[in-house]
Amino acid sequence: MTDLIKLSAADLGGLLANGSVSSVEVTRAHLDHIAAVDTDLHAFLHVAADAALATADRVDARRAAGEQLGLLAGVPIAIKDVLATRDMPSTAGSKILEGWIPPYDATVVKRLRDAHLIPLGKTNMDEFAMGSSTEHSAYGPTRNPWDQERIPGGSGGGSAAAVAAFEAPLALGSDTGGSIRQPAAVTGSVGVKPTYGGVSRYGAIALASSLDQVGPVSRTVYDAALLHDVIGGHDPLDSTSLTDPWPSMAAAARAGLADGALTGLRIGVVKELNGEGFQAGVTQRFTETLALLAAAGAEISEVSAPNFEYSVAAYYLILPAEASSNLARFDSVRFGLRENPTDGPVTIERVMAATRDAGFGPEVKRRIILGTYALSTGYYDAYYGSAQKVRTLIQRDFDAAFEKVDLLVSPSAPTTAFKFGEKLADPMAMYLNDITTIPANLAGIPGMSLPMGLAPEDGLPVGLQVMAPAKQDARLYTFGAAVEQLLEAHWGHTLLSRAPALAPVEMFASEEGVI
Amino acid sequence: MKKAELMDFDKALELYEPVLGFEVHVELNTKTKMFCGCANEFGQGANTNTCPTCLGLPGGLPQVNRKAIESSIRLGLALGCDIAEASRFARKNYFYPDTAKNFQTSQYDEPIAFNGSLTIELESGRQVTVEIERAHMEDDAGKLTHKGGATGRIQGADYSLVDYNRGGVPLVEIVTQMIEGGEADSPEIGKTYVAAIREIVKALGVSNARMEEGNVRCDANVSLRPRGSNILGTRTETKNVNSLRSVERAVRYEIQRQAALLSAGGTITQETRHWHEDTGRTSAGRPKSDADDYRYFPEPDLVPVAPSREWVEELRATLPEPPAARRKRLQADWGFANLEFQDVVNSDLLDAVEATIAAGASAQAARKWWTGEVARLANVAGVAADSLVQPHQVAALIELVEAGTLTDRLARQVLEGVIAGEGTPLEVVDSRGLAVVSDDGPLIAAIDEALASQPDVLAKIRDGKVQAAGAVIGAVMKAMRGQADAARVRELVLERAGSAE
Repeated sequence: MTDLIKLSAADLGGLLANGSVSSVEVTRAHLDHIAAVDTDLHAFLHVAADAALATADRVDARRAAGEQLGLLAGVPIAIKDVLATRDMPSTAGSKILEGWIPPYDATVVKRLRDAHLIPLGKTNMDEFAMGSSTEHSAYGPTRNPWDQERIPGGSGGGSAAAVAAFEAPLALGSDTGGSIRQPAAVTGSVGVKPTYGGVSRYGAIALASSLDQVGPVSRTVYDAALLHDVIGGHDPLDSTSLTDPWPSMAAAARAGLADGALTGLRIGVVKELNGEGFQAGVTQRFTETLALLAAAGAEISEVSAPNFEYSVAAYYLILPAEASSNLARFDSVRFGLRENPTDGPVTIERVMAATRDAGFGPEVKRRIILGTYALSTGYYDAYYGSAQKVRTLIQRDFDAAFEKVDLLVSPSAPTTAFKFGEKLADPMAMYLNDITTIPANLAGIPGMSLPMGLAPEDGLPVGLQVMAPAKQDARLYTFGAAVEQLLEAHWGHTLLSRAPALAPVEMFASEEGVI
Repeated sequence: MKKAELMDFDKALELYEPVLGFEVHVELNTKTKMFCGCANEFGQGANTNTCPTCLGLPGGLPQVNRKAIESSIRLGLALGCDIAEASRFARKNYFYPDTAKNFQTSQYDEPIAFNGSLTIELESGRQVTVEIERAHMEDDAGKLTHKGGATGRIQGADYSLVDYNRGGVPLVEIVTQMIEGGEADSPEIGKTYVAAIREIVKALGVSNARMEEGNVRCDANVSLRPRGSNILGTRTETKNVNSLRSVERAVRYEIQRQAALLSAGGTITQETRHWHEDTGRTSAGRPKSDADDYRYFPEPDLVPVAPSREWVEELRATLPEPPAARRKRLQADWGFANLEFQDVVNSDLLDAVEATIAAGASAQAARKWWTGEVARLANVAGVAADSLVQPHQVAALIELVEAGTLTDRLARQVLEGVIAGEGTPLEVVDSRGLAVVSDDGPLIAAIDEALASQPDVLAKIRDGKVQAAGAVIGAVMKAMRGQADAARVRELVLERAGSAE
């Protein structure tokens, strides 16, 4: 029998639809693999094995009864812990929410359930999505399946690692400054940040409201498209949700497989997101990919986005400012951790302070302090105000670029996966890691990362970032599927098929005998 | 500092010029809350009308209530404001447990309505125009109840309970410009201004407008400027003054208190103050300074509100007649003296009297019944007069009196019956058998009997001492259990006394 966990979501959906396998079998295969490898990997904060099997059983029963279900019905999925789930803890990687089970489902989670996907559990992340390595998770880091001494990216390292390590064919992520795309890049998986407003944020625990966007994580572009179709579209509960009708992303991805899909496509290489400061092997794979694209008929040109150099600075004012306000609600009054002061009077202010002191990790505190300061009277114009102006300039850079080209490309991250601890002591180095992904969030445009090879110097995955104008997410999928097909034909295999096999954690009976 | 706590009001005005400012919060009576679909009502048990959004749960997001925008625009228009072409919500950040998100979603530099004015008329006839700086939208906080401790305040409480049913209820905050030149009228200006706001929101139908239930709440800012100086004094903000009379008292109290403090060489602390209805005093709340840092920034979870000019004009066309103009018109139509009219207005009975007159009653009778017996019964029952009985029933009652079917005394009994739910006035008349006895037969019999039993009175009447008839009339009325027209009885007594001769 085929190794169910190695199949794409689309293929699993096909086998489920024609009755070759049951959802219970597929779900159990994934749960078994999680049990075998996740002790080391730590992609999951919570595995809902019983609930997943029960849900799978119900989906099988519906199919048995002759119901026509969606393309992903019965396919397992991992959910980033930033999303509210009414039957699983939702901690956003923070101690302050340890054990908190929301009384409601995020809209995207509800849509998963309505499409009969099987939630396997919740994935690890940097606390409140603040980080690029999952090292800021209050529950310990996730390891990169390619090299367990290295980070899986962040904040959504758990979702990316789960998908790359075949623990789940699909996952949900959230991307505020690259939290879907950068983990995808360093784990050799696919991740998409949709257009701002394209996917509901209702029930996504907010980091920075004007930047956050929920999106799909997968191993293939087509799988991401299928998942995008499930979660996307207007939600009246999110006021920033777009009311535009969306084309089928899956259809767009299928269009990319046609002959000549790349012919005449105008591809812009962002001058400021390439070259200096980028790892040699990353640049090399990027250059090779551009050559392949040109050979396939795409028109490659360089475009400049002069204001991108201010993007990290602007981002690290806007994000902490919004986060400082979004995270104010964690105060012990209605939910989550409550910590009384160890000495002195127990007043509400002191309980709030003690709770926040005990419940938030250092990176969260750092950003709350930064944001509180940036919004203070007398500093607002200089910091938050200026940052918003930079944001407008970056949007104009994109507008100008998209007048000349259909899509923009860059490496998804300046480097391959770095080692644990490498950037932990230097927040600026960690922040600069997001330089490639941040502009898309500031402008609200969609971005995708897909694998473009392994860096020769370390054998680790390198990601290609593709960006399209706002609301043109479909264009990403068409191009992404075409590039994926082109690269895999060139390599003769998928990238993830080259990932090292993870050693299962073996369980031994005691050598001294068991009773 | 203990010595003279208050300065004589006239003396205070000799030395200082009061400068006022008011912030009136109006709770809108929308069906649902400002930013979520929860019902905008209380009294169903604590925290029952709540959801992830108004509870500030992680992941909750706001959605703007269109009806609240509509009400805010209508209120802004009624206050003569400009309506912003683009208006934005902003977060006002501060930690307090009644504010679920630990920020209030309010408006900062882009309010929905601004630059209005409202002319009010004091009892003296003096007209004062209050400039409105802005009217902005925001969400209300939950309700805290502090348990244990002597004061019912958070300090010293053993624990506190919080009910978020009110959290997220839509408010419009109306902020005035500085009001100068109020002088000795300042307390009355406060009262009259808040009354005018209340009247407007009620006429618009955008709020239940019950101050006692907190639908309309006033924060009164008072500062004193020494005569001859052009420098403003430090202000205090007396919070949540929740009756018209209290607004007047609180302003007067603050003028007297600040004057005493300043003239004794003290300084005013910029602070919020609490109004105590029972003692008629204010007490220090928390210090407040212009440096209070709420770290306002545009609410990123909401898009700007950009009401189209067409919509604004449509809403303008729905505005009712301004209450002040309506009052002038009604007083002229009804021919009421100032005091009579004030009595109706102050009792909040304008609508009821108008409806009663429309139902056919005479203006004076409608006024007399509503401000008299109905108001008295309402006062006893502790409810609003217009909730006790319908205008058309009062009109029907008046018609029965004017037709001679009921005396005033009988009519009061009928009114009680109507209020008790016994039916229309006519039905109560029938069921209680309360109609005036208009058939002379039973009256004559009773009169003859009374005259016969009081021969001395009969003699006096015959001697021309007609005032002696009173005793007989009283006896007859008693015998008839009040169901007789006293004037007719008098006529008949004199007639019978004469004929018995």
